[in-house]
Amino acid sequence: MLVYIIRRLLMLIPILLLVSFIAFFIIELPPGDWVTTYVSQLRTSGIQLSDQEAERLTQLYGFDQPTYVRYYKWMQGIVTRGDFGWSFQWGKPVNDILAERLPITLTISLMALVFSWMVAIPIGIYSATHQYSLVDYFATFIGFIGLATPGFLLAMILAWGANQYLGFSALGLYSKDFLDAPWSTAKALDMLKHMILPLIIIGMASAGSTIRVLRGNLLDELKKQYVITARAKGLSEYQLLMKYPVRLALNPVFSTIGWLLPAIFAGEVLISIVLSLPSLGPLLLRATLSQDMYLVGSVVLILSALTIVGSLISDIYLAWADPRIRYGGVSK
Amino acid sequence: MSTHVRNAAEGGLGGSQPFIDEGVDTSIGSVDERLEAGSERFYYANPWQLIMWRFRRHRLAMISLVLLVTLYLSAILAPFVSPYLATTRFEGMQMMPPTRIHMIHEDRLMRPFIYSLTKTLDTETFRYTFTEDTSQVYPILFFMQGEEYKVLGLWSINIHLFGTGEGLQPVMLFGSDELGRDIFSRTIYGGRISLSIGLFGVLIAFGLGVLIGGISGYFGGSTDEVIQRLIDVIISIPLIPFWMALSAALPRTWDSTQTFLAITLILAAVTWCGLARVVRGKLLALREEEYALAAQAAGASKARIIFRHLMPGFTSHLIVSITLAIPVAILGETALSFLGLGIQPPAVSWGVLLKDAQDLVAVAQQPWRLIPALFVIGTVLLFNFVGDGLRDAADPYSA
Repeated sequence: MLVYIIRRLLMLIPILLLVSFIAFFIIELPPGDWVTTYVSQLRTSGIQLSDQEAERLTQLYGFDQPTYVRYYKWMQGIVTRGDFGWSFQWGKPVNDILAERLPITLTISLMALVFSWMVAIPIGIYSATHQYSLVDYFATFIGFIGLATPGFLLAMILAWGANQYLGFSALGLYSKDFLDAPWSTAKALDMLKHMILPLIIIGMASAGSTIRVLRGNLLDELKKQYVITARAKGLSEYQLLMKYPVRLALNPVFSTIGWLLPAIFAGEVLISIVLSLPSLGPLLLRATLSQDMYLVGSVVLILSALTIVGSLISDIYLAWADPRIRYGGVSK
Repeated sequence: MSTHVRNAAEGGLGGSQPFIDEGVDTSIGSVDERLEAGSERFYYANPWQLIMWRFRRHRLAMISLVLLVTLYLSAILAPFVSPYLATTRFEGMQMMPPTRIHMIHEDRLMRPFIYSLTKTLDTETFRYTFTEDTSQVYPILFFMQGEEYKVLGLWSINIHLFGTGEGLQPVMLFGSDELGRDIFSRTIYGGRISLSIGLFGVLIAFGLGVLIGGISGYFGGSTDEVIQRLIDVIISIPLIPFWMALSAALPRTWDSTQTFLAITLILAAVTWCGLARVVRGKLLALREEEYALAAQAAGASKARIIFRHLMPGFTSHLIVSITLAIPVAILGETALSFLGLGIQPPAVSWGVLLKDAQDLVAVAQQPWRLIPALFVIGTVLLFNFVGDGLRDAADPYSA
C-alpha cells in the first residue's frame, strides 16, 4: 500500500510539470505581450513614452528574454520559493491575490461536491430500489436538465428569481452592509446565504451524473445472489441495503472524483463570473483578457494540480476501501 | 415488419462483413424473437442493419433524431427559413414581444394573420408597450419575397419561407431585441454556428482520437504509457479555464471565419482525449483476438489491421461517444461566447444571443430574450437521447 502511494506521488511530478508547461505556453500564444499592450495603452491615453522607456519596461519585466528562460525562472520561483510571479495588472505578487481568492474557490467547490453527494446519494439509492417509480423518473428528468442547461444560464435565472421573489440579491459573496464589516456571526450567516445559490447550481450539474452512476451500479448489485441470500436469512431490508450493495455501489461514485473535480472547478469559475463572487473565476477572466500571464498560468496550474491531487486521493481511498483493487505493477 | 424487409433490400448484402463479431450471434437470437418467422433476410443482415433496426424501435431516440435533423436543416437553410436577415433592424420596434398570430378576425376564420402594432409610452412606468390595432390585418404569406440573400455566394435569392411582405408589419415569432432585430431569425442564423461548431469540433477530435488512440492501443508499451499520461494531464485541466485561456489567446482582429475555425480547434483540443481512450481500450482488447492474429499471419500491414480488421469491431461505440461529445462542445461554445471569448458579434451564435440577454433586469421585462436558451437546452437533450438510443441499439447483449 505504501509503495503504491509513493509510486503515485512520484508520478505526480512529471504530470504537474507537463501541466505547468501547457499553462505557460497557452499564455505565450497571443501575439504581443503585456508590456506592448500596456505601452500602446499609455500612448493612446496621451502619455509620451519614448522607445527607450518602452525598452526599459520590456527589460524590467523580462520580456526581452526567450520564452524558455522565462518559463524556467517562473518554475524556479515556484519550486524553490513558492513564488508564483508578479501580476502586471494588479501590480502585486500573484501569491497575494491567490491567497485572497483561492480559499473562496476551494470552499465553494468542495461544499458543492459534498452538497451534490448529499443530494445524489439518497436519490440514487431510492431510484434504484424503486425503479420506474415517480421519484425515479423525476430524478432522471432532473439529471437531464442539469446535464443540458448551461450553468451560467441557470445562475442568471435563479439569481433573478431570488431577487424578484425573495427580494434577495444573490450577487457577490456578502451583502452591502457586510462588505467592509469585521468578521462576526451575522457576516458568516450572510455569506452562507450567498453561497446557497452557487452550491445548488454547481452541485446540480454533478449530482445528475452521480445519480446515474449510483443507480446503475446499485441495480447491478441488487441482482446478485448474495442479496437474495441475505434476504432469505431474514435481514431487514434497510440493513441489507446499507450493509452490502450500497457500499459496493458507492465505490465507483468516489472513484470518478477525478472526472468530477474538473467539471466542478470549471463550473465554479463560470458561475462566479455570472454571480460576481470574489473567487478565481472573475479574476481569471480579467487576467486572460489583459494577458496577465503569470496570473493566468498560476490559476490554471493550481486548478489542474488540485484536480490531480483530488483524483489521487480518491484512488488511494479506493485502493484502501475495495480489497479487490490490486495496486502495484501487474504481474505477468 | 415490412420496414425490416424493405430495409434489408435497400441495404443490399454487398456490404456485409461476414468475419466480424461473434456478437452478432447473440443479437440474432434476441431480435429474432420479435421477428416474424421466415424473414430470412434477417439472417443475411449485417451488423449495421441490425443496429438500425433496433434503433428504429427506440421511439424517443427516433423522434429526437428527426428533430435534430430538422434543426440542422433549418440551420443550413437559415436565410430561407428565417423571414429576415440576422442583422436587419426594424426602427421603432425595439424590444417587441413575440408577435401573436391569429386565425379569427371579426368572428371569421381566416388564414393565419397578425394585427398591426402600435407603440405607446406607459406614462406610469415609462416603458413602451405594444398594443394590437385590430383594424389593420396582415396575412402571413408563405414563400414570400423579402430581403435578398446569396446561396453558396453565387445566386441571389429573395424567397423566404414565410413573412408578411416588405414594408409591412413584421412577424417576429420570438420578439425583437433592443436594436429591433428579429430574435427568431437570429436564433435560426445562430444555429448555423452553434450547431456546426459542435459537429466540426467533434469530427476533428474524432480524427485525432482515432489516430492517437489507435497508435496508443495498437503499439502499447512505452508509446502507450506516454500517450496515456498526456491524456491524464489534459483531462485533469478544468475545461472552462483552459478554453478561456486558449480563446483569450486569439487575436481580436481576426474576422469571424478565422475565429470560428479557431474556436472549433480549441473545442477539439480537449474532446479528443475521451475518444482516444475509447479507441485504445477497445483496441487493447481486440488485438488479442484470433482474427487479428490471422491477419498478421497473412502479412497485413499494421495500418490495415487497425483500420480494416479492428476498427469495425468498435465503430458503434465510437459513434455513441461522438453523439455524446457533440453536446459538450455545443455547451462549450455557448459558455465561451457568453463570456465574450468565443464568437464575436456581428457574427451570431446561440452563445452570442445569450450574451445579449445577459442583463437580468432586461430579461425580467423581456423574457422572450431567453428563447435561444431553449434551443441550446433542447439540442443538448436531443443529442443525449439519440446517444442513449444508439448505445442500446449498438449493444448486442441488450434485450
